Amino acid sequence: MNIDHIILTLIVFVPLAGALLLALLPDRGKTMQWAALAVTLFTFLLTLHLPFHYSYASPSGVFQFEQNLPWIASPVIRYHLGVDGLSMWLMVLTGLLAPLGVLISWRAIDSRKKLFYVLFLLQQVAMMGIFVSLDLFLYYAFWEMSLIPMAILISTFGRTKRRRLAAIKYFLYAFIPSALLLVAMLWVYAKTGTFDLPKLADLAAQHAISPSSSALWIASLGFLLAFSVKIPVFPLHGWLVDAICEAPTAAVMVLAGKTALYSILRFSFAIFPEQSHRIAPLMIALAVIGIVYGSLLALVQNDLKQLAAYSTLGHLSFITLGIFTFTIAGLDGGIYQILNHGISGGAFFMLLGLLYERYGTYDIREYGGLAQKLPWIVTLYAITTLSIIGLPMLNSFVGEFLILSGSMQSPFAHRHILTALATTGVILSAAYMMRMLQRVFYCDLGSKPQAVAGWDLDTREHLALWPLVALFLAMGLAPSIWTRAIDTYGTAVNAAVLSPATPTTLQVTSLQTTTGGAR
Amino acid sequence: MNPMPTSYLWFIPLLPFAGFLINGTLGRKLPRTTVSAVALFFTALPAALVAWLWATMCSAGASGVIETISRPWIAITDFTVDFTLTVDHLTLIMLTVVTGVGFLIHIYSVGYMAHEEGYWRFFAYLNLFMFFMSVLVLASNFLLLFVGWEGVGLASYLLIGFYFKKKSAADAGKKAFIVNRIGDFGFLLAMFLLIVHFGSLSFSQVFDTVAQHPGWQAQGAHFLPAICLLLILGAAGKSAQIPLYIWLPDAMEGPTPVSALIHAATMVTAGVYMVARCHVLFNSSPLALSVVATIGAATAIFAASIGMVQHDIKRVLAYSTISQLGYMFLACGVGAYAAGIFHLLTHAFFKALLFLAAGSVIHALSGEQDMRKMGGLRTRTPITFWTMSAGVFAIAGIPPFAGFFSKDEILYRAFTSPNPLHIALWLVGLLTAGMTSFYMFRLWFKTFFGESRIDQHGDGQHSVHESSWIMLLPLVILAILSVVGGWVGIPAALGGNNAFEHFLDPVFSNPAAEAAVSTTGHGLELILAAISVLVAALGFCFAYVFYYKKPGTANAIAQRNRPAYAILSNKYWVDEFYNIYLVTPLLMFTRGIMELIFERGVVNGSGRAAGTTVRGFAWLTRAQISGNIRSYAGWLAIGAAVVMAVMIFGSSLWAHL
Repeated sequence: MNIDHIILTLIVFVPLAGALLLALLPDRGKTMQWAALAVTLFTFLLTLHLPFHYSYASPSGVFQFEQNLPWIASPVIRYHLGVDGLSMWLMVLTGLLAPLGVLISWRAIDSRKKLFYVLFLLQQVAMMGIFVSLDLFLYYAFWEMSLIPMAILISTFGRTKRRRLAAIKYFLYAFIPSALLLVAMLWVYAKTGTFDLPKLADLAAQHAISPSSSALWIASLGFLLAFSVKIPVFPLHGWLVDAICEAPTAAVMVLAGKTALYSILRFSFAIFPEQSHRIAPLMIALAVIGIVYGSLLALVQNDLKQLAAYSTLGHLSFITLGIFTFTIAGLDGGIYQILNHGISGGAFFMLLGLLYERYGTYDIREYGGLAQKLPWIVTLYAITTLSIIGLPMLNSFVGEFLILSGSMQSPFAHRHILTALATTGVILSAAYMMRMLQRVFYCDLGSKPQAVAGWDLDTREHLALWPLVALFLAMGLAPSIWTRAIDTYGTAVNAAVLSPATPTTLQVTSLQTTTGGAR
Repeated sequence: MNPMPTSYLWFIPLLPFAGFLINGTLGRKLPRTTVSAVALFFTALPAALVAWLWATMCSAGASGVIETISRPWIAITDFTVDFTLTVDHLTLIMLTVVTGVGFLIHIYSVGYMAHEEGYWRFFAYLNLFMFFMSVLVLASNFLLLFVGWEGVGLASYLLIGFYFKKKSAADAGKKAFIVNRIGDFGFLLAMFLLIVHFGSLSFSQVFDTVAQHPGWQAQGAHFLPAICLLLILGAAGKSAQIPLYIWLPDAMEGPTPVSALIHAATMVTAGVYMVARCHVLFNSSPLALSVVATIGAATAIFAASIGMVQHDIKRVLAYSTISQLGYMFLACGVGAYAAGIFHLLTHAFFKALLFLAAGSVIHALSGEQDMRKMGGLRTRTPITFWTMSAGVFAIAGIPPFAGFFSKDEILYRAFTSPNPLHIALWLVGLLTAGMTSFYMFRLWFKTFFGESRIDQHGDGQHSVHESSWIMLLPLVILAILSVVGGWVGIPAALGGNNAFEHFLDPVFSNPAAEAAVSTTGHGLELILAAISVLVAALGFCFAYVFYYKKPGTANAIAQRNRPAYAILSNKYWVDEFYNIYLVTPLLMFTRGIMELIFERGVVNGSGRAAGTTVRGFAWLTRAQISGNIRSYAGWLAIGAAVVMAVMIFGSSLWAHL
């Protein structure tokens, strides 16, 4: 049976059906866990359909597994789904992280399980929806939808009393710019009469969205701001640390980065190529600051989750840097690094959650000497650390290397200094991760491990972590499996945004003068 | 013998990796004999393969370079990096050192580590190191070299911190890794620049391009010196040169075989190897070469001066390693790459020997490393004494031991080099040779001669014993190599034919330098050799008087020159300097300005301000919420009208903004 034309719908709606199913099932024993595991595993298997049936030879701009149906006649909103080299592996990644998230929450979430897993599945629906929607309106629906389950997850299952505050902060940070995003989208619709992304991209390439460059600028900023807050880009990261500190492990794994970075690549770059290119120097500068700032702050934290939060800021800034260089290496590396950060960061947060389950604290100062007691956990921590700090032959190295080499090739001013500054992140990340490793696992036993027995990994935890370790190696040694699809996208963006930059600028300026003159 | 199929090259790194996987996963449950059998087997086979490789490459008509088929690693539009291994004569020398000395040290470790906890872990890491080191020397491009480069750093980190319960060991491992990362920072930037300017990281492509553009130097292409200087930063990290040498002395926290293998014979020479490998790049930048030579000479004398006053036997050897690496850098910096690699080879023999012999001494004394508590061990550990003596004479530069020929070649080449600083470089090298001889004989006398100063309490005196044969066998082999190892490179002036240099000619061929050398004749070379032997003998005499004839003299001199002695014994306070002026201010700035003021104040403060504003709005809104459906409808209508207005008149509104 050929399911190519409905596969995306299935991927989005299986978790939704799963959420409904869980809502109906009785919350008894481990029913919720098993049901959620079954649903997420099934969804993951569905996402695996994509890489195996993807046509790698087809050029970028052609969407595959497309489904394009009329939905609302006026305004014209279509149910338009499709994936390309940018989104395909992101779907698989999201599919993979979900069952691992269920496995890691198995014991950690022991009350209100139904609420937790239903929200968790809804969150997955929203993320999948974001990655496949090619209609701005449909996309926006999923974008907004992704806010709510996460906010409730944080406020309900947060770790400390500050969870409410963290949830509100998260919601406000995400919601206010999203309102601007909506206005900008409506403006785009008002100008062009379509929400359809491929059409909008064509119009943008012909400079036919709007003759007014200032209006385009404002609309593009509406898009960019909403996405930048959600990544987050320095200094818009005010929500990140609190949200990461409070959110349960499974939620943190999908909290930051992916959807917003994807949205920039998909929407900002397609609809506002000119503006995205013009604002790139600013974004690059902010990204470089974010790398250094996040890494330095991670160096002085005594709370493991805060350390991980600032480390996240640093690593996401790497990706922002890569995509805004508009070089092939930067774009490819940036997109690849979204995947890498998903699995390495995910593994790191899972491991932190394991420690918390055992010892009930994230305070580094209470740990120490765990290597003597938990050989498997220390092994996995060490491997994950190596992945995060970019040891060659593991996944992140490929991404970071491409990003930084792309940054060195970028056409913008001060590229040498900016690249050098960004590369200090390589030193700093080693410093804070090695410090963490030493303080938690080496030297004498700390106060907590002395008081609490703890136990090494059980089978379920082994099952949740080893697939990621296998991926570290596979993605470090054979990145072409993934970059094959990504590269078509990176090359196309590079060609579209970068090469005609100078003539386009002239064209737009002349258009502006003509319209100005006509008025 | 049949030539070796090129695909077998892959086995040289992959066999130790298999050993790592076996011992790393199953080792905990395996008996010790199995663990050591696995580790030895998977290092002996690559050594045998290298022997086969020698036969293949030295057979008549063999090509100077062997390369495996490429397998793509990173492949994106406009940029590819392959997994390709390549062997030329330089790699062959390096492989011999790595697999040969590596295998000997594996044998030694079986005896040395016999009573240690975590035996399997040790051998797993050691095999992992062999894997990465082989990758490093076999790499055919910069990125693959970097894989090995970072990988050996990882193995070094794991092995320095082998006794992870000890805080000093865990600290030392961390320090080594981070300081090396500072060097890697330079290496990475150099690679980014290479990609920008050459579009490739393959050695052959980059070097051919440079060779095809001899005009670049004249045109003042500034990227070549920049790349070289960044590579020097990388090399200085890995090879423990100024200003990044600080991790190596601390690395002595690791078990002694690790110090011998990683922190003396192989890994720390990777920087020298890299500079030699990139000689085409460096030759194109006289500035970079001068920097290499200056760093090398400065490090050589600086580390030697510290080494003269250390009391810990391993620390003396650590500073001596730094100093000898300085010689190798000096050689590369004056364009005498072959001499640098020659010294790398002989140094691998005698320094591995010295460390292993020191380990045997430490073993005999149940862990004592302080030379003030040794003495008189000559008769109790005779084989250790005789083998270590070979090492001491070799490093001190006494003919005809190995170190004499290689060191002398470097000094001679420094003296005759076209570098404007050449006399100064030579003088520093010569002075260092005297200091080396002094501190090595100091170690020799303090350890093996005079009265025994071993702690009397307990059964320490009783249990002093010669090591087992499994430890002594590698010592004997290395001792023989320390004696005869230099004979492969006897210069023409001393009746040899400089076979070693000619062997490397296909790699380093540089007609200009050769012409410069051949004009000077043998007379000068002989005079210089005589001077350096004299200086070495002088070092011996001082050590003899200070530590054998009149043991109190050294202390008396130290008492008289307190400030000088304090500077040396505190290692010029470099660690403290870095801490006070770099690390602490950075952390204080981060905690004070960035975290307290910016993060708490601006970033979170603005969030809080936004929250308050929204709450204010909410209060306003609540005032409007009357519960009246009609008023809701009214608000909705107004909202819709605003959106409509924006849509219709939006463009004109924005156009005037």
